[in-house]
Amino acid sequence: MNMNPKDLATTAKNSWCPGCGNFSIMSAMRMVLAELDSQGFPVENVVLVSGIGCHAKIVDYMNVNSFYSIHGRTLPAASAIKIANPDLKVICFSGDGDSLAEGLDHLIFAAKRNIDLTMILHDNRVYGLTTGQYTPTSPQGFKGKSTPSGTSEHPLNPLELMLVSGASYIARGYTHGIEQLQKLFKEAILHKGFSFVDVLQVCVSYNNLYESYNKWTYTVQGNDASSFEEAQKIIRSWNYDRSEVPIPLGKFYQIEAERFDQSFPEYRQNLSERDSKIKTLLENFI
Amino acid sequence: MDNFSTLIGGIAGDGINEAGLTVARLFSRLGYHIYMYYDYPSLIRGGHNFSIVRASRQKIAAHMDQIDVLVALNQETVEKHKSRLKDSSFVIYDADKVKLDDTMHKGFGLTITQILKEATAPAVMKNSCIIGGYCKVVGIDWSVLEDVLKKHIPKMLELNMQVARQGYDQATEFCHIDSRADRADSHLEKQTEEPIITGNQAISLGLIKAGLGAYVAYPMTPSSSVLDFMAKFGPEFGIKVIHPESEIAVMLMAQGFAYAGVKAAVGTSGGGFCLMTEGLSLAGMAEMPVVVVMAQRTGPSTGLPTYTAQGDLHFVLNAGQGEFPRFIVAPGDAEEAYYWAGVALNLAWKYQVPSFILTDKTVSESQYSFDIDLAGDLRGELKEQAQQAPLLWDGRGEYKRYRYTDTGVSPLVFPPQKGQVIKTDSYTHDEGGITSEDPQITRETSDKRQRKGQFLAAELERYETVKVFGNEKSKIALLCWGSNKGVCMEAALKLGLRVIFVQVLSPFPERKLKSALLGVERLLAVECNSTGQLARLVGFYGIKIQTQDLILKYDGRPFSVEDLLAQLGRALA
Repeated sequence: MNMNPKDLATTAKNSWCPGCGNFSIMSAMRMVLAELDSQGFPVENVVLVSGIGCHAKIVDYMNVNSFYSIHGRTLPAASAIKIANPDLKVICFSGDGDSLAEGLDHLIFAAKRNIDLTMILHDNRVYGLTTGQYTPTSPQGFKGKSTPSGTSEHPLNPLELMLVSGASYIARGYTHGIEQLQKLFKEAILHKGFSFVDVLQVCVSYNNLYESYNKWTYTVQGNDASSFEEAQKIIRSWNYDRSEVPIPLGKFYQIEAERFDQSFPEYRQNLSERDSKIKTLLENFI
Repeated sequence: MDNFSTLIGGIAGDGINEAGLTVARLFSRLGYHIYMYYDYPSLIRGGHNFSIVRASRQKIAAHMDQIDVLVALNQETVEKHKSRLKDSSFVIYDADKVKLDDTMHKGFGLTITQILKEATAPAVMKNSCIIGGYCKVVGIDWSVLEDVLKKHIPKMLELNMQVARQGYDQATEFCHIDSRADRADSHLEKQTEEPIITGNQAISLGLIKAGLGAYVAYPMTPSSSVLDFMAKFGPEFGIKVIHPESEIAVMLMAQGFAYAGVKAAVGTSGGGFCLMTEGLSLAGMAEMPVVVVMAQRTGPSTGLPTYTAQGDLHFVLNAGQGEFPRFIVAPGDAEEAYYWAGVALNLAWKYQVPSFILTDKTVSESQYSFDIDLAGDLRGELKEQAQQAPLLWDGRGEYKRYRYTDTGVSPLVFPPQKGQVIKTDSYTHDEGGITSEDPQITRETSDKRQRKGQFLAAELERYETVKVFGNEKSKIALLCWGSNKGVCMEAALKLGLRVIFVQVLSPFPERKLKSALLGVERLLAVECNSTGQLARLVGFYGIKIQTQDLILKYDGRPFSVEDLLAQLGRALA
């Protein structure tokens, strides 16, 4: 029997602002998980991990296994879940403040390890839950509550960082393109290795970029996703600053590479076997 | 011979720790109990390193300042340690590096450079050479050294044996260490040879024994040797070992493992533990079992990386925002480290709380003769505990991760579970693990967590959380915790005092401590910190210790037996 995406809802009251881009991400993810469930990837094998911020509430609204972590700390928890049980599909939801500021080291290391996890970055380029401060992807000049005269920093290009750090699937979506989000989410989840999807998520309250995104985004066509150079060129064509240039969407990079999660011994719980092994081991210390 | 101390000194890179271990193994083969203190500065090459190997007919866990033999690989060793020599002491040294002007003491200079040159042996083999000479000096049979070298020299054994033999043949006998066979009452002793391991190795084995599935750590002295041990031997037991990007990641990974049903432990020292505290608080809220091996060193901040302290008791007691129960045990020797590491893992899972094995550099890195049967007796006790197994979900009805129960402990289950969802949450949450800001739920879940602490405390009534040693009738008692157990026991024996050793520090064993204190009129706290942290803790329970009764050492070095006797002598005068 096919699963209805609605079955993946909880009774928790939703507290996102009306028009928030997070709704699109959640709908797309519910549809993908329901579809995967009927294609032999049972939903009970999925674990969602979120950080802290508006994005993170998604786990309260999804009737799926979840680990609601702390700010910036999705990936270490998710990594261990995957290593503990490689049969699980572990999907992280994180924000641009969450993963690119507080938890940046974890993001770089997850990519470096090419661990088999999926990271969905709710990239609204503003701190929403703390009511409007600049983030690592806010454009230079962004006037937030902590930078009232405009931030003097240039933004970070998370996709460029992921590419050089070793992520093996890199894509960008936009919350106004839910079909594309579904396609990218599904590809990312099925990808074996560290998959990173940057989602341009509109924050209607503190950084409403609908107009700009609608004007400048386009989907890349016919690109060779196995080429590092080509991916780098596409990724570098927009640097998250205010400059008025086309913003590429779609899958930019996908390769197969060695994975960290493949390098662990299987857990054995036979305690009496352990007892005798400990005694043997101790003989080395006589 | 009841007690015999040997000090071996040289520069970092000389292999002083290994040379000390070789001496320890020699004595162990002759039927002695061993304690070895290893002193080294925080650098890789150069600087002054030394090991004090103490052999005793009794079980010991402390070193003495005075030594019987000084083994000097350089002049600095003689200069720094000659004050430790007794009239009867002997010095064996590298004659090419050391001039012994001291006419007070007998000594022998080995021509190590020449011996190595003739054998075309590399400089690192000077250890083997001088240990060969040492064996002759103290009258240990060549065959004993041969046995140790054969077992523990990984490469170039023949050449090592050759230079050791040259050293042995060149030196002269100064005394004769009696072996088990020489002793009339040897039938009273244990006949098997004991392994010599560090506190950190004992902790590792205790965790493995109790079912550890993963060990995660970022290197930090003096905890790193747990990571090294697990990385080397863990895979044989199917243990996953990870050294990730930071202690922040470490603490979160441990909880990812716990969520998926794998028993995990982490290890660090104070600075790394600072980074772990946000994750520790998550473990409190999300009710994630995690074991933290917290090996103290001298602080604040970077402090003295390779030296000891007991300065983090209140930090560990209070770390992490908010209120949640935790288990803290501070073992005093290798057997306790082994036993309590297993208990710590089991209790963490039974009560779904963070659990600490609080050590210091002294317990973590000192070498002890390890009697697994002694720890095994403790294991018998462990068996009779009404099972330390975690509470698992019975599979009936709808699963709720934080279901309310009488004990506060909710049944566990791990993904995947068809038709069920398992939700954990760092926010205040309802029974199903969904975020809630409801005042009633906030109060109820807080009560739930505290209830777990109360049941944990009740269970601990069945354990030896407080131990009494020495003269149990004495009206004067020493109060100690962790590494000071051994030295307090020896000092108390000499002075006829009682020792009260508080082993579990949270939940605090108030009732047991008060019963151990019955008849005590004067209580002195012996601690390696500058403020008397256990003294302050017992103060919360109405037990007052006078300022002049705080016997404190906070120079990074552990109390020697003489140190403590001298300080107690002044306090009790």
